[in-house]
Amino acid sequence: MKKTLFDKVWDSHVVHSIEDGPDVLFIDRHMIHEVTSPVAFLGLKQRGISVLYPERTFATADHNTPTINQHLPVKDPLSANQLKALEENSKAHGISYWGLGHEKNGIVHVVGPEYGITQPGATIVCGDSHTSTHGAFGAIAFGIGTSEVEMVLATQCIMQPKPKKMRININGQLSAAVTPKDVALFIISKLTTSGATGYFVEYAGEVFENMTMEGRMTVCNLSIEMGARGGMIAPDKKTFEYIQGREFTPKEAAWEKAMAYWDTLSTDEGAVFDKELTFDGSTIEPMITYGTNPGMGMGIANDIPLAAAVEGGVATYKKSLQYMDFHEGDAMLGKPIDFVFVGSCTNGRIEDFRAFASIVKGRKKADHVTAWLVPGSHKVETAIKEEGILDILHDSGFTLREPGCSACLAMNEDKIPPGKYAVSTSNRNFEGRQGPGARTLLASPLVAAAAAVTGKVTDPRELMELETA
Amino acid sequence: MAYDKFDTLTSTAVPLPIENVDTDQIIPARFLKATERKGFGDNLFRDWRYRPDNSLKEDFPLNDSKYTGKILVGGKNFGSGSSREHAAWAVYDYGFRCVVSSFFADIFRGNCLNIGVLPVQVSPEFLEEIFKTIDADPKTELEVDLTEQTITNLSTGNQEKFEINHYKKDNMLNGFDDIDYLLNIKSDIKEFAKNTPL
Ligand code: SF4
Repeated sequence: MKKTLFDKVWDSHVVHSIEDGPDVLFIDRHMIHEVTSPVAFLGLKQRGISVLYPERTFATADHNTPTINQHLPVKDPLSANQLKALEENSKAHGISYWGLGHEKNGIVHVVGPEYGITQPGATIVCGDSHTSTHGAFGAIAFGIGTSEVEMVLATQCIMQPKPKKMRININGQLSAAVTPKDVALFIISKLTTSGATGYFVEYAGEVFENMTMEGRMTVCNLSIEMGARGGMIAPDKKTFEYIQGREFTPKEAAWEKAMAYWDTLSTDEGAVFDKELTFDGSTIEPMITYGTNPGMGMGIANDIPLAAAVEGGVATYKKSLQYMDFHEGDAMLGKPIDFVFVGSCTNGRIEDFRAFASIVKGRKKADHVTAWLVPGSHKVETAIKEEGILDILHDSGFTLREPGCSACLAMNEDKIPPGKYAVSTSNRNFEGRQGPGARTLLASPLVAAAAAVTGKVTDPRELMELETA
Repeated sequence: MAYDKFDTLTSTAVPLPIENVDTDQIIPARFLKATERKGFGDNLFRDWRYRPDNSLKEDFPLNDSKYTGKILVGGKNFGSGSSREHAAWAVYDYGFRCVVSSFFADIFRGNCLNIGVLPVQVSPEFLEEIFKTIDADPKTELEVDLTEQTITNLSTGNQEKFEINHYKKDNMLNGFDDIDYLLNIKSDIKEFAKNTPL
C-alpha cells in the first residue's frame, strides 16, 4: 500500500491498536518545561511510579523565566516555585535538565533542533502546542496535555486516534519580503483557525523545498494555528546537513544506518490524502493580522474586511475588531504601534534576527516604540553577537534581552500593557495573550523591523526599495 | 488520575455563544503558575469575568445568576490554541462536567476526556436551538446520556446522537484513565522500546 510520510512514521511507532479507539503510540523523545510538567510528576508520585525511560525526556526552563538579569533570583515566587519543581523533578528522575543560566537553555522548540534531539522519523511530544515545530525535520511532533505528559513519563507512550491526513502544496516563487511566516499566515488566513482540525499536515512543493530549515520550522510551528495536530516536511539534503554532528544525533556507523532509513521518509507517489490543497506561492504578500485569532490575517497593504464579507459569526467578528479598536474597511498601513516583539519559537532563531537587522541597519528605532528582542536560546544569542548583528542593533537603538518565551505568552514580566499595539513575530494574537488588554498584530521579522523604525505599520518593501533605488 | 464516573447528566446549562473561544480566554497564562491541580476554577474566563480592577462584569454569562448548571455550551471551535490542560481543569474545577459545542479543537477535546469532562459535539442547528431555548428560558435543561450517546434538549424534546470512540466511552463510564491501560501493557511497551533506538 502506498504510504504518506505521516503514515510511515506513525505506523512504525504503533505498539497496539485498539479497535474503535486510539493507537498506543511509542514516543521517541519527550521535552518538558516548568509550566505543564509539575502536575504530571505529582501524578507519578501519587501512583507511586517512576519515569520509565528518563534518557528520552529533556527538560528546559522557558515559559515563565525572566529575560533580563537571569543571573539574579527569579522575583515572582510562583514562577520560582515552578522552576524549582522542574529542577527537582528532573534531578530526582535522572532527566537532563537545562535550567536558567545553563548554556543550552532556551525555548524548548528552539533548543530541541539545535542539539539534534529533533530527528527525522521520530515521534516527539511536549506539553506545548507548538511542538509541531519539530515536524520541519520529518518528525511527527505535537503538543499534549499534562495528563499525557504523565503518560509519557510513566510509559513512554500516549494514546491517540490516528489523525486524518492533509497535504498543502505551494509552488512558484515567493516575492521579495515574503518570508516563511507570511506563507504560514497566508495558509491560516485561507483555512481559518479550525480548517485543519483533526488533520496532520504535510507541506510540499517548491516553496518549502527552497526554504531553510529555520523557515520550515516557522511554518510547521504555526500548523497548530489552523487547528492541525501538527505539520511536517519530508527530510532532504538540507535536513541532514543541518542535523549532522549535533550533540544528540547519531554518529559514524549509527549515522549511516539512520541515513538509510531517513532516505525512505517521503510520501509515496500515489499515496492518498484525506484532503489536498494547492496554492500559488507567487500570490502571497507580506502578511499582518488585524483581529484576535491567527486566521484574521491579510496582505499588509489590504483593508480590514467588511463584516458582511466574512464567513462565520458576524458578532464574533465585530467583538474581535472592537477589542482591537479597529474598524471594518480600515487600512492597516500607517496605523501607529507601541511595541515590537521579536522572538518566540515561531521567529526567534538566528535567521529572524538577520532579517530584522537587514531592515533596521542604518536606521533608528522610532522614539515611542518599545522593542523587545528576545533570542530563542543562548545559542541564538551567541550567534547574534558573533555575526555582528548585536552591533547593528545597538547602533540603531535596540537592545537584546536574554532567551525565553517572554511576551509570546506573557507569563513573566514581559507583558504588553492594556490597549497598546504590538507588532509581534510570535504566534498568537488572542485577547490578552501578550498581557491583559494587549493588542497584537502578528507579522514577520521584516514587518516587525519596518514597524520598529517607522513607529507604524509599514510595508517592508518600501524600506527595501529605498535601499535598491 | 482516575476521575469521577460519567453516566447521565441532566442539568441546566450556561450559554457562551462566542466562536473560537481559545484556551488563553478559558484560563490566561498568568494563572498557570500552580504546581498542583487545584483552584483553577476561580480563574476560569478570568478576563471575561472580571475587569482589570477585579470588579465583576455582570453581563458575562458566568456572572449572571440566571444561568447555572453543570453544562457549558460554547460556540463553534471551542478550546482552540494552547495545549494547556489547565483549561480543562478550570472548566472542571468550576463545576462543569460537560461542554457542548458544534466543533471542538483537538487538544482541548482530548484533555477534557482525559480528566473526565465530556465534550459533546452537536450539529450547528442543534446548538443554535440550545442557545435560543436557554435565552428564552434559562431553566432549560439538557440531558446527556453517555451510554446511549444522546443529548436531549428537554425544553423542545429534540435529541441528537453524539460521537465518542468506544474506548474513551468505556473509560468515562468507569472512571478509568489511559495510564491505567498503559501500565497494564508495560511489558509490550518495553519489548517495543528495545527495537527503537534513542
Ligand atoms: S515561545 Fe510561545 S509558543 Fe513557543 S514554546 Fe514558548 S510559549 Fe509556547
